[in-house]
Amino acid sequence: MTPDQQRSALVQRADAIFRDQSLAAVGEWKARTGGLAVGFLPIYVPRELLHAQGVLPVGLMGGRPDLEIIKGDAYYQSYICHLPRSTIELGLNGSYDALDGIVFPAICDVIRNLSGMWQMLFPRVLVHYLDVPQNFDPAIGGAFYRRDLEGLAEALAARGARRLTDDNLRQSIALYNEDRRLVRELYALRRREPWKVPTAELYVVLRAGLLLPVEESTPLFAEYLALAAADASRRPQDQARVLVAGSFCEQPPLGLIKTLERAGCYIVDDDFVQVHRFLRSDIPTDGDPLQRLVEAFLTDAVASPTRYIGDGVKGADLERRLAESGAEGVLFCAPSFCDPALLDQPMAARAAERAGIPWTAFKYAENSAQFQVIREQAGTFADSIKLWSGA
Amino acid sequence: MSPAPTTPTPAQKDSSQVRQKEMIARHFDRLADAPGTGARSAYTFVPGNLTELLLSFDVLPVLPEINALQSAMRGKTAEYIAMAEKLGHSEDVCTYVKSDVGMMKSGNVGPTGQRLPSPDLLLLSYTGCFTFMKWFELLREEYHCPVAMLHVPYQADGRITDAMRAYVVEQLRTEVIPKLEAITGRAYDEDRLKALLAQSARAEDDLVWVLQSARHVPSPIDAYFGAVYYVGPIFSAFRGTEDAVHYYRELREEIEERIRLGKGPVTPDGEMDRERFRVVVEGPPNWTSFRQFWKMFADEGAVAVASTYSKVGGVYDLGFRHDPDHPLETLAEYCLGCYTNLNLPTRIDLLTRYLSEYLADGFLINSVKSCNSFSAGQLHILREVEARSGRPGGFIESDLVDPRYFSAANIKNRLESYFQMLDQKRLGAAS
Repeated sequence: MTPDQQRSALVQRADAIFRDQSLAAVGEWKARTGGLAVGFLPIYVPRELLHAQGVLPVGLMGGRPDLEIIKGDAYYQSYICHLPRSTIELGLNGSYDALDGIVFPAICDVIRNLSGMWQMLFPRVLVHYLDVPQNFDPAIGGAFYRRDLEGLAEALAARGARRLTDDNLRQSIALYNEDRRLVRELYALRRREPWKVPTAELYVVLRAGLLLPVEESTPLFAEYLALAAADASRRPQDQARVLVAGSFCEQPPLGLIKTLERAGCYIVDDDFVQVHRFLRSDIPTDGDPLQRLVEAFLTDAVASPTRYIGDGVKGADLERRLAESGAEGVLFCAPSFCDPALLDQPMAARAAERAGIPWTAFKYAENSAQFQVIREQAGTFADSIKLWSGA
Repeated sequence: MSPAPTTPTPAQKDSSQVRQKEMIARHFDRLADAPGTGARSAYTFVPGNLTELLLSFDVLPVLPEINALQSAMRGKTAEYIAMAEKLGHSEDVCTYVKSDVGMMKSGNVGPTGQRLPSPDLLLLSYTGCFTFMKWFELLREEYHCPVAMLHVPYQADGRITDAMRAYVVEQLRTEVIPKLEAITGRAYDEDRLKALLAQSARAEDDLVWVLQSARHVPSPIDAYFGAVYYVGPIFSAFRGTEDAVHYYRELREEIEERIRLGKGPVTPDGEMDRERFRVVVEGPPNWTSFRQFWKMFADEGAVAVASTYSKVGGVYDLGFRHDPDHPLETLAEYCLGCYTNLNLPTRIDLLTRYLSEYLADGFLINSVKSCNSFSAGQLHILREVEARSGRPGGFIESDLVDPRYFSAANIKNRLESYFQMLDQKRLGAAS
């Protein structure tokens, strides 16, 4: 096989995992290992902790556009985002039967309330609300977060997972460091040579990585990185470099990402599948490993709209990302009714303007099927950048 | 001959109403005078408000949520929201926030027509609502003043743990109090705080008595629409004050008198003659058509005998009282216990309990578009409460302060059908 064919085969493999909403890969892993599998909602949970207890962390990001929502809609009014509907649908139709629990991180009121619904709908599975701190003092917010993580570890052990030990946790941290390092490299390659790493491909690989054990996602990322970097067949095109912001929870349909690329945009930075990049750098493997996990969250996490930015200038992180990625424009691409993204948007837009970068905004739902309007908007935006930007 | 001109009879106001009006007027006078007097003000939220702590520093509280609802009642929010949306705020997000932004951009004129001072501090009591955090991030960009962030953990498992309490107390000690000291130049005075907390507990006793008076048949109060007025002082700037103690004592005496006389609640059209339906209501009211909404209930002889909205600033009827002997711990406990900080199973338990304790015929959910904290999961609540209580629930949709989302004909229709259904059930049971 040529490198191009190899890459294509890899993406197809990843796509098959990503497309399987019934989590067959998770079921197979459980059958093979006898371990527990625990899902987690966006954006971030410390997967190292679960892994160290022999638990498979499974990233859940709602449903694909072809999922027919029958029961899920009966639980939500029209003005609530789409992700909880598909999550309920997948729970009720048995797709999540392989899961022994779900962790609901504190990112918004919808996910928060969904945790209570899950307690009632699925009383046999573990439901853990991960109340991540908004106080970033290690002695205060850090202590609270550590206690929360210890509680999660105890709850997992009570369900049959092995007890958390420092050695196991250190080992897991090292594995996830490598996993994240490869994702950082993929993003760096895409910044340098975006034609080599189409986002529609990268996205599928990253989504597959959510459903695989780290021992399998790391080689997948490494292989894709090697194949993409080595591929000389893809040539640069006259596309506008854009940063896509706001899609950190409910994900856009793959068709929307493809639409943006076809409309003349190179996506050089984004918020998709953010758990892989929520921490910016490696977690040290020395010292108290649980404390290292806590500190990483407190001091090394991305400036997500779900996180209180107490110090410094709001939007400074977006300005930094714009500079680092060399983006020429920002696409604010948020799910409808997403409070964190949409309430943040006026401040983020001001940050883009401070940086002298043009922006445009549109919304989607994970089941959006028509992209013509977005294609027109993104295409016009890309054209305007190519015609009038300083580059 | 033409009839002799008549002058409208002035509305009869109870003494407690007059007192409340005077309290509010004095408070807004103080706020309007603040730039001249040098008084400090802090903007903060109703759930998890730390009024006693602010007052112990002589800091005047400003509640943007209350400003927004007052703006709605004065018909100003359509304009304010439009202004905010023009500035880039999404049509999908909380209309309290957009009303507040619009009001600020229009000169920050408060409900009494006086200009509100810019905040010296944004006290971000992050309790039971994600939007609060974004709201004050937005305001910080406008006012350029310090923010004290108080993260209040969620009662995800239906209980308050020692770790949660300790976390909140530590933040009070290290984040909130130092910032109040910095803006006022005064040291934290725990004795003063304790004295205020003791007064809070007295007022809370009387408030609970008033709300629980709705267990009487007929109920002497409306515990949703009417309760909005009753909870006003304790949810806003007056908890801990002598004024609040007097107000709630006076209110209690008035209700005692109503019970003695066998009177029903006061409605927009005067006293209700006959109580036909007793309902429990979940969710905040609509403010842009508050009176019209209330009348839809009153015209049917429906009385709200209990509501969850009257618990957003504190769930006192489950026994919590501010405890002056443990001032910071009690503030922490208060914040943690606010209604929207309770998980869904606890909310369902509470509603089911209200239905039984208040002898209600059924319950209604007013699901507001703006508030995911309240609304996400309410259809599940509807089902569960119906199943557990065996009493029928109704579901209506509106918004807090955006008039575009109050469809009067629709809501009236739904309410009438719901009450007809209650009637049918009653007839069916009797036959």
